[in-house]
Amino acid sequence: MNKIFAKQSIVVPIVSIFLGLMFGAIVMLAGGYNPITAYNALVSEIFSSRYNIGETIANITPLILTGLAVAFAFRTGLFNIGVEGQLIVGMTAATIVGIEFGYLPWFVHMPLSVIAAALAGGLWGGLAGYLKASRGVNEVITTIMLNFIALYLGNYLIKAFYLEPGTARSYKIEDSASLRTDWMTNLFDGARVDLGLIIALIAVIAFYIILWKTKQGFELRAVGLNHHAAKNAGINVNSNVVKAMFISGMLAGLAGATRSLGLFDAQTIAAAYTGLGFDGIAVALLGGNGAIGIVLAATLFGSLKFGGGGMNYVEGVPNEIINVVIASVIFFVAANGIFKLIIKPFKAKRKQKGAAS
Amino acid sequence: MSNYVVEMLNITKKFPGIVANDNINLKLKKGEIHALLGENGAGKSTLMNILFGLYQPTEGEIRINGKKEIINNANRAIELGIGMVHQHFKLVEPFTVTENIILGSEPTTGGSINYKKAVKQVEEISNQYGLQVDPHAKIENISVGMQQRVEIIKTLYRGADILIFDEPTAVLTPQEIDELLDIMRNLVAQGKSIILITHKLKEIMAICDMVTIIRRGKGIGSIATKDASPEILAEKMVGRQVSFEREKEKAQPKGPILKLNNVSMKNEKNVNVLNNISFEVKAGEVLGIAGVDGNGQSELIQAISGLRKINGGQITINNHDITNKNPRKIAESGVAHIPEDRHKHGLVLDFMMTENMVLKSYYKKPFNKNGFLDYKAVDEYAKKLIEQFDVRTPTIYDKARSLSGGNQQKGIIAREINLQPELLIAAQPTRGLDVGAIEFIHSQLIEERNKDKAVLLISYELEEILQVSDRILVIYEGQIIGEVYPEETNDKELGLMMAGKKLTKEG
Ligand SMILES: Nc1ncnc2c1ncn2[C@@H]1O[C@H](COP(=O)(O)OP(=O)(O)OP(=O)(O)O)[C@@H](O)[C@H]1O
Ligand SMILES: [Mg+2]
Repeated sequence: MNKIFAKQSIVVPIVSIFLGLMFGAIVMLAGGYNPITAYNALVSEIFSSRYNIGETIANITPLILTGLAVAFAFRTGLFNIGVEGQLIVGMTAATIVGIEFGYLPWFVHMPLSVIAAALAGGLWGGLAGYLKASRGVNEVITTIMLNFIALYLGNYLIKAFYLEPGTARSYKIEDSASLRTDWMTNLFDGARVDLGLIIALIAVIAFYIILWKTKQGFELRAVGLNHHAAKNAGINVNSNVVKAMFISGMLAGLAGATRSLGLFDAQTIAAAYTGLGFDGIAVALLGGNGAIGIVLAATLFGSLKFGGGGMNYVEGVPNEIINVVIASVIFFVAANGIFKLIIKPFKAKRKQKGAAS
Repeated sequence: MSNYVVEMLNITKKFPGIVANDNINLKLKKGEIHALLGENGAGKSTLMNILFGLYQPTEGEIRINGKKEIINNANRAIELGIGMVHQHFKLVEPFTVTENIILGSEPTTGGSINYKKAVKQVEEISNQYGLQVDPHAKIENISVGMQQRVEIIKTLYRGADILIFDEPTAVLTPQEIDELLDIMRNLVAQGKSIILITHKLKEIMAICDMVTIIRRGKGIGSIATKDASPEILAEKMVGRQVSFEREKEKAQPKGPILKLNNVSMKNEKNVNVLNNISFEVKAGEVLGIAGVDGNGQSELIQAISGLRKINGGQITINNHDITNKNPRKIAESGVAHIPEDRHKHGLVLDFMMTENMVLKSYYKKPFNKNGFLDYKAVDEYAKKLIEQFDVRTPTIYDKARSLSGGNQQKGIIAREINLQPELLIAAQPTRGLDVGAIEFIHSQLIEERNKDKAVLLISYELEEILQVSDRILVIYEGQIIGEVYPEETNDKELGLMMAGKKLTKEG
């Protein structure tokens, strides 16, 4: 019987993705573009070379981490809109540690920078958790506000202390803190694939193990599903709220680390959010808040994002359209309640007909 | 033309791993009150959810007023004049009574809701059927009994002629039950037809014309109540003879386990909800707390189990102070608790049964190994409990949500008794259970007592209190106003005390 449920939960996202792609095709047709060649360009852009595959992976990596971050909080019944802010705080911490401490050997410096990012993100998320636990402040509101603070705090720190003169970014981080490795770079023909991928995959496994194999995960899930019963069973609801937000923030912080220690080697002064944190919400949703689901969803989103570039310069489809495709996939997933309503009567009719005959 | 308003013919409903309804027939005549009787998990709610369009039958046919119908959603059921009052109400708490009733089919004038007209319509229905409600009150502020009347008016407002009640009396006080039975008589007198699910055989004998019985999903048949008796019904339903008497030896109370000393608790409005309560529960006795719902019973349980802080007094277990300690500390000092509201406090409905069985002990050996849960040990333990307490579930891995109400309750009781507590708090332990299960649970409580455990039984049902308790305290407006022994009292006297009349002891 478990199989049936698994099947059902897979059918919905797949149909949603299909509908999203169809809707994107309609929009392209309306705009005078050929959707078939455009989608063709999208696929070939992703797979055309080792370099491109690598770049696609580089797009997927942070989405896995932010998706995990959102899902982890969600499993405890918390809506962490603040993944974006926790990511920025983590990134900033990684940048600072990555620039300082250059005298350390790489096997100390790099992990140290990564840990700094995780801790900073964790504290940023934990702060929202603490406010909720001790003061009952809704985490949605606090995390949105903490996002703003994170963005401007990060910019300020970089500008004030680490700005490389003549640029709009920080100094480059020291090589000893970099996530890049020769073997990975070579494997993908110079694409920006780095140890961030390994971090993300370890995080996926940790996510699964913590939630489903440990005593802590049992508590977190119990609190998420029914905090009254959890409390009644002697589980400390408040401390679990703080822990969940801390761990969620750590995952977001790690996503930040993959940016400044990997992809960019530095931190740019950002006028706006990276958007990765918000994409994480969509990834978690599409992935059903499960470990494997999130990897698949992040792969889809990352690929669309990178492959969308191909649609752009091969077929001339504007970038906005690719965003429409992504958005409509999200829409159809979120709307799967509506969608189930639409298919239910058909199913019912079929069944009763079968019964009557 | 048949004279049946509802005919459910050869209905079969399969869920993954279980046949919930197996070839069941049910025929309802116009103006009839028809009982649907069966053990917990027999498939009663499933059958009624099919009639109300919430589930589709795997096989079978439904006729309404003689005409074959396919009811594929609740709206279709409502169109056909079918209304359902669910066991768990589906009301919007911050909305008023009227708003809840009209929700989804609001009377409008020029596009906006005509609230005045709505109130008038509600009042009309309310007067016609004797369903007393306050149209302007908010749901969160009214009693359970009134919430139920709102649900009934909701169905009538939508033009229901066929009303389904799923265990309506399980949540009511004895007085509210009498009122509801009158309302039902009123409804059928005015041409409505009713299907009533209940586990209380007395109610069936009192107001039903016909009874349809199902056992483990299979239809056993229908019988007129005039040809039946509670014993016959119970035997048909369970498949064996059921005893309505509780056999137990006289209690041999030992030293006190739980002691309350001048316990007081205030609510948000600074009013005392518990007022200087002092009593003790001894090892080897069942102490019953009798009282009308809302006289401080819930608060008393919350105080003892640590869910809410008290403002004065002291609570001890075996002379250990547990006053205002956290729930885990209290549980570890030997308190187990079968909560009043099993969905809210007793179970994590979306956890598997295995996980629910260790909800209170997951952090201990052998389940917790250095922070990791040994799911094999969990499964083994759960399996043992579920077998031992005859919890009917397709597998131990099913979510608690998919079990029938009675089996959920058996699961909780299995878990709590297996904690091997010194004190077992049982709040409404048999609410919504079938007679066989009640017999079983009462015998378990008595068994705990015989093992020299202390049992604190809180129940709104006099019969339960009188049958199981060795000693009875009456609670009224947050105070203990009397102490009686079951063999020296009767339900009349207890009823008076519960209404606040102090017993004047002769001599
Ligand atoms: N949605 C569902 N999915 C799977 N199994 C279900 C579902 N709903 C009910 N069942 C199973 O079908 C059986 C019948 O359940 P149902 O709720 O109809 O019992 P019931 O007669 O109403 O019992 P109770 O008196 O305890 O409420 C049970 O074994 C239950 O576990
Ligand atoms: Mg039921």
